[in-house]
Formats: sequence, structure tokens, C-alpha cells
Amino acid sequence: MNLPLAAAEALQTFQNAAGWEQRARLLMQFGDRLPPLNDADKCEANRVHGCESQVWLVGELQDGHWQFSAASDARMIRGLVALLLLRVNGLSAVELQQVDLSDWFNQLGLSRQLSPSRSNGLNAVLQRMNELAG
Amino acid sequence: MMIPSPWRADFPAIAALQRQDQTYLDNAATTQKPQALLDALTHYYANGAANVHRAQHLPGAHATQAFEDSRLKVAQWLNAGDSGQIIFTHGATSALNLLAYGLEPLFHPGDEIVISAVEHHANLLPWQQLAQRRELKLVILPLDEDGVIDLGAAVRLINPRTRLLAVSQLSNVLGAWQPLPALLAMAKAHNALTVVDGAQGVVHGRHDVQALGCDFYVFSSHKLYGPDGLGVLFGRNKALEQLQPWQFGGEMVLEANYHDARFRPAPLGFEAGTPPIASVIGLGATLDYLAGLDQDAVSAHEAALHAYLLQGLAARNGIRLLGKPQLALASFIVEGVHNADLAHLLTEQGIAVRAGHHCAMPLLKSFELAGAIRVSLALYNDSEDLERFFDALDQALELLR
Repeated sequence: MNLPLAAAEALQTFQNAAGWEQRARLLMQFGDRLPPLNDADKCEANRVHGCESQVWLVGELQDGHWQFSAASDARMIRGLVALLLLRVNGLSAVELQQVDLSDWFNQLGLSRQLSPSRSNGLNAVLQRMNELAG
Repeated sequence: MMIPSPWRADFPAIAALQRQDQTYLDNAATTQKPQALLDALTHYYANGAANVHRAQHLPGAHATQAFEDSRLKVAQWLNAGDSGQIIFTHGATSALNLLAYGLEPLFHPGDEIVISAVEHHANLLPWQQLAQRRELKLVILPLDEDGVIDLGAAVRLINPRTRLLAVSQLSNVLGAWQPLPALLAMAKAHNALTVVDGAQGVVHGRHDVQALGCDFYVFSSHKLYGPDGLGVLFGRNKALEQLQPWQFGGEMVLEANYHDARFRPAPLGFEAGTPPIASVIGLGATLDYLAGLDQDAVSAHEAALHAYLLQGLAARNGIRLLGKPQLALASFIVEGVHNADLAHLLTEQGIAVRAGHHCAMPLLKSFELAGAIRVSLALYNDSEDLERFFDALDQALELLR
């Protein structure tokens, strides 16, 4: 498995977490570390619809590698998105198409966050990422 | 204080959910089912399913008999007497759409349809779309601070141009009874048709459509401990004369030719296609079960549980209730906490409550909220369910603050 370093560290941290409470604390910590999105990018065009909270996702290819940035007004989804970005940022277009993101969240012990229930925002974020990556 | 539910064991799913560490407090969305209903469904499918109102054969006769018995039980539940008919639809939403399409020819540009600010999308969108199709004015009755329709405003807004009033009996977000007698009287004074959305109201207490005096009363089976895929529309005889068939096919037809057809009167004329036969029979079993309960005891239990819920919420800092809930449910937000975060952490702890806009987006927008958490109760809930919710809420808030 060819994980980016930050992702490998996050994986270890989550795999060592005991119980929902610690996972929730970790999610909030990872969310707090998400680099802020500038206000101009928090526009309707970048809004991810289908989330309970407001989520914005921006992505661009830099020298053939994807760089996504995101923000949310809710902390749990911000943490989930932070974990997503750790896994995908820096990947080439081909690598991004090949990465198994549901397996990624499964390994983190967060697979339930990808349930098909519409109130969950992570699925909407993944869908949007696919659209951006075309 | 312990508030046990004497009916808890009648609902096998509650124990099953408890084994999965789930506390079910989303009863305004749908309810768990009594054993009596499960038995009726098994009996029907195990002893010979058949279509209704078609075949001469014995299984068909049995199914039709059971199906029509359920219609009678629903009529008795609502005390419809011979004042009107019970029509089975595929849900409360279907029933309201049937009305919005079946009454459409009565409306002319400039006519007014009156609803309220509290309506569920099911009692908003069919009328909104009808208004757009026919160039009607959709009038929205405002609420007072407690979430009750403002009668002072209603008396001005319900006027000679009002052709129809459609209001809910009990809000699925605010948990307040609406002043139906006064509103219906205003509508009748202007010869307007009246529609009551009883989806939440029918679950609490017994309601008498003759005493209420509405033209149409709508509810959904699955919220009343019955099967899903089934709605009920009561229509007064006079009002039903004005309702045109909406969906076509099946036994709703009296005589069909290639280029024209004649249709049956109510109720069959509004039940196109094969109806949800098992669900209708199941609803009959649920109503038998409910009719066997001490209704006063059920109401007292629900009131005690609701008081306990409000007390527990009031005892915690920063909780803001939406409106002034009288029974059944409470919707709230917590200052400084995103409701999506709170919902996430309650889910993690096995608390099944609803977070979001509760299919009433305009109402939530009027509170300037994107969403709220709703705890909604049923007769099988007990104070331990609420204790588990309060513990989970405290844990979640401690983490989030």
C-alpha cells in the first residue's frame, strides 16, 4: 500500500483509538488542522449539496497532482473531510481514479460514515470529488 | 421517577433494537409495529394471497372481505359513520396529491388556497404546484410565538376568494395542536373546502371527523403503528362528489371502451391499480390492537413522558426549543453547537433521533435554522429511553464544548 506519509500516520492514530469517544475527539482534532479555505472560495459554486452542514470543496491539478481544499461549518464532517484530503492530496489523476476511498474509511474504523443515508455528508463530498476529477 | 410502558412488550422490534444498543426516538418519522400486525401479515401471506374486488374464487373473496373489514375499522376509528368514505392510497403524500389533482378543475385563476407556515412538504408542495398550474394564489397563515396558527391573521387571510384550506392538525416539528375548529369555521363561512393533514395528529388520541367537520382528513398508516405504503383519505360524501379520479386503471373503472370510459364512485374509483392489500389488512389488525388499549392510560403515559422530556431538556444549558411543544415530540438546537455534530455523536451512541429540516424546510428557514434535532415519542417508549438519550446528549455536549 502506497500511502502518503500523513495518511499513514492518521491511519495508525485511528487504528489505535478505543471507542467512539476517542474517535470523535480525533475527528475534531483533524478537522481543526484542516487548512482554512479563503472566503472567496466559500461560494455557491463550490458548495457540496446533500450535507446537513455547509461544506465547500475546491480542487485543482498542480503539475499533474491533485490538490483539494475544503471547509465546513460542522466539526465532524470537517474531520472526515480532513481525513479524505490526507489520502487524496498529491495523487496523480490516474492514482485518484484508482484509490478505494470506502476502504480507506473502513480502515480508519469510520465505514459507517459512508452509509447511504442521505443525512450523511461524506458521500456527497466523495461524489463531488469525482465530478471535479472528471 | 420511573415511567414504564405497559405496552413495550407488544412491539417485538423494541427489544430487537435494544439488543443492537439502539434507542428508538424517531417515532414521528415512523413507528415500530405491534405483534398483532406481524401476525396478520403472516396470516394473510401464509394462507393465500389474492387480489381484491376482482375474482370470484375463494381466496379472492377472503382477501376482499378482510380488505373491506379494514375499511370499516378505519371508518370506526375516525367515527366517519355514513358521513363519508374511506379511500386507501399509497401514503399520506399520495392522498394529498390525489386531492390536489382531483380537485383541480374546481379552481380558476385568482382563486386562493390557504395553508399554514407549519406544513410538512406533503401538505405544501401539492398545493404549491396546483397554484402554479392554475395561476392561483397560495396564502400562508403565519404562526404565533408558540408555533400555533395565528387566528387573528387567519380571519383576515381566509376570505371569499379562499377556495380551499389545508392545514395540519399537529406539527411534526413543533408538536402543537392547531386550532382546527376555529380555522375550519372560517373556511366554511366562505364555502371553502377543508383538508386536514392528520399524519401526526391521528397518532395521539382519538379524532372524530364528524365532530371536526372537515371535508377531507388524511393520515398515513405507518406512523400509526401500521404497515407502510398505505395512506388513508376520509372524504365527506358532498366533498367527494367534487373529486375527479386522478389515477386510472384497475378496478376503478366501471366500463371501458377504446376511446372512453366511465369510473366508479368513491371509494373504489380513487383506488386505481392493485391496492396495498396486505398493508390494508395489517392496518386493520393494528387498529384492533389499539382499540383494545385503555386510551386514557395511553394519553396519560404519553403526557408523562413528554413532560419528562421537556424537563430534561430545560435542565440543560443552552438548549433552545422550537416553538412550545404540547405533546409527542420536541425539536431543539443547542447554542454554539452544530446540529449535524450533535446528530453525529448521538448516532455514535445508538440514539435514533432525527436531525435536519424534518421535511419542513420553509418552517426551519423561518426560524433561521438549517436544521434541528427532534426527539419524538411513542406509546412503547419509557423513561429509560429518555435517560439514555439524556446521557448521550450530555456526553456529546461535553465533547463538543
